[in-house]
Amino acid sequence: MNGGAKLDILTRINRTHARQQEPFARVPVRPSARPHAEVVEQFAEFAAEYRANVVRVDAGRLPEAIRAALLVHGNERAVVPHDLPEEWLPAGLAVTRDITGVTDLTPFQAVITGAAVAIAESGTVVLDHGPGQGRRALTLVPDHHLCVVREMQVVDSLPEAVARLRESVLAGQPLTWISGPSATSDIELSRVEGVHGPRVLDILLVQEDTHATS
Amino acid sequence: MSAGGIIPRKTFQDAAHETLSNAQMRRNLQHATTTIRDKRLRAVSELPDWEELRTQGAAVKDHALAHLGDYLLDLEAAVQRAGGQVHWARDAAEAREIIGSIAEGHGVREVIKVKSITTDEIELNGGLSERGIHAIETDLAELIVQLAEDRPSHILVPAIHRNRAEIRDLFRRKLGADLLTDEPKQLADAARLYLREKFLSTKVAVSGANFAIAESGTVCVVESEGNGRMCVTMPEVLISVMGIEKVLPTWQDVAVFLQLLPRSSTAERMNPYNSFWSGVREGDGPQEFHLVLLDNGRTDVLADEVGRQTLRCIRCSACLNVCPVYERAGGHAYGSVYPGPIGAILTPQLLHLEDKNANTLPWASSLCGACYDACPVKINIPEVLLYLRGKITEEKPLNAEAIAFRTAAWVMSEPHRFEGAIKLARTGQGPLVKQGAIHTLPGMLGGWTDTRDLPPLAAQSFREWWRKRPAPPTRETDGDAQLSEGELLGPQRTDDRGPV
Ligand code: SF4
Repeated sequence: MNGGAKLDILTRINRTHARQQEPFARVPVRPSARPHAEVVEQFAEFAAEYRANVVRVDAGRLPEAIRAALLVHGNERAVVPHDLPEEWLPAGLAVTRDITGVTDLTPFQAVITGAAVAIAESGTVVLDHGPGQGRRALTLVPDHHLCVVREMQVVDSLPEAVARLRESVLAGQPLTWISGPSATSDIELSRVEGVHGPRVLDILLVQEDTHATS
Repeated sequence: MSAGGIIPRKTFQDAAHETLSNAQMRRNLQHATTTIRDKRLRAVSELPDWEELRTQGAAVKDHALAHLGDYLLDLEAAVQRAGGQVHWARDAAEAREIIGSIAEGHGVREVIKVKSITTDEIELNGGLSERGIHAIETDLAELIVQLAEDRPSHILVPAIHRNRAEIRDLFRRKLGADLLTDEPKQLADAARLYLREKFLSTKVAVSGANFAIAESGTVCVVESEGNGRMCVTMPEVLISVMGIEKVLPTWQDVAVFLQLLPRSSTAERMNPYNSFWSGVREGDGPQEFHLVLLDNGRTDVLADEVGRQTLRCIRCSACLNVCPVYERAGGHAYGSVYPGPIGAILTPQLLHLEDKNANTLPWASSLCGACYDACPVKINIPEVLLYLRGKITEEKPLNAEAIAFRTAAWVMSEPHRFEGAIKLARTGQGPLVKQGAIHTLPGMLGGWTDTRDLPPLAAQSFREWWRKRPAPPTRETDGDAQLSEGELLGPQRTDDRGPV
């Protein structure tokens, strides 16, 4: 029966003669014309407007910043992707490395991950769940997400971000775009944070040694 | 039941009579639409190439529609390559059957759902309950609507017609929630508690799709609460249903729509969460994925040269928020899951201009054109409205309104006829004006004033005023000054900002 539906629908489409003749041109991606420092600055500002806590940090001080961010919320039980770089983590912090599908995530208060791309135009971080980012459930179940973004991962515009993510998408990787902690305004348009996703989003924006401020 | 389907049970005029008397709903709606409207203008003004983006959005959609068959086949192949299964559904019943039997095949009694107008269109919840399967809405507003056995009144904020006290009572009664206050925070927490357990224990989820990408087989859901992420990630089986018009040719095209959609709909730079997935991925998310491609009248809309543009719609709801008729009549008056200006053109077309109630919807408009200006994919809603009115009245025997419309068209097509007619009418209207409005017109025109008051004609027409007006004072900066200075954008997220 279903093969019949497919044939029927395609036949109906063909009969509509909707084909247009005019060629169609996509607007090419315009590379950012601004200094990168400015782009990073705007990302930090816009992400903060989404009530993410943005902390600018030198690469060497990342573990310290992670410890401090966890302490603010009194969170001790953190889970991390199995391949999160060891050097990001503060010494002595007991974290659980995620084992796909086996770990029950509900006892964890916090999760620490990397990201794939960050977008200045909208204040968004994107995870393509590649190295250091873990499976999707990881950044969804715990209440506190600490997301490490390197400055070089910040792009100016949405089209640039989409272009950077193309390879991941074509390889079949899922994407999670995050702009601030979860939120609802369904009740009389009053904003409430953290309905189902993490209630707290910390973005640790890492300045690499090689990348001098301009 | 929130799954309301698309067939109106009354004419728009009758339904609007009822909703107009609901003062609470009108107040809530007015607050919502004006709040979102103002914020939207700011969000849009931030992107310097907004008009170009709209043009691109329209062009990409037109291109996808022009080659719809090819792109659907590409999409199917890509989803299958990625380990998913694709189903085709001619109509709502077929879609319900497909989804119902997949769920039944897994022996479940409950499924969780992400807010999706398409599943409302096909009345999925009713279809599932016939099989003894309960569909749980996980979007906060949809949950409220479902618990209240109500219908959504807005595409984006479906429970906007309910206030916090009503919601508290509802949660107490239906969820057994222990609620001390009606603070939105507490209400949201009660929903979180109830739903968290469902997310972690339910095996099958159903979602809609905002976009699907032909080249990669990627499906996208845009949301803000995290319930969407939960549904597409936590269960073992995911079923997504989408209208066939949602397909985009390439991954790169997503960039255009992710700029247009959040700014048009919630007036944000971006909504909190977007999820993209392609088929199944080992060790991450559902290990079984089904994509249902739904026609349900869309191919007929596609076949119509004027109506076709309706299929560009990305369901942003911008046209609702600027519509003076929607603002007063409310979403329920449209009798369908598609309210507002888009509903007024989409519903009758999906029903093939046969439904006598749906056929009153093209008259649910003042033709002010605000919807066209707001639409991110440049759907000329007034044009389609007029076109549908013409088609509908053409098919009917000539009633008073049809004659009036034809006469009006003849009069308006020539300026001298129009001016002459106005002059004539102004002298003739005297006895009809009561308390500043004309409530009933005599004779053939009575059909018009049955459902609306007519403002009396002004003592002087615009054209007459224009000819006699004094020369305008010359001020160079007027208007432009405001624009060039620009408005400093405050934080997007203040407590009273638009919905997310
Ligand atoms: S018709 Fe245009 S404005 Fe209205 S919901 Fe659709 S895309 Fe948005």
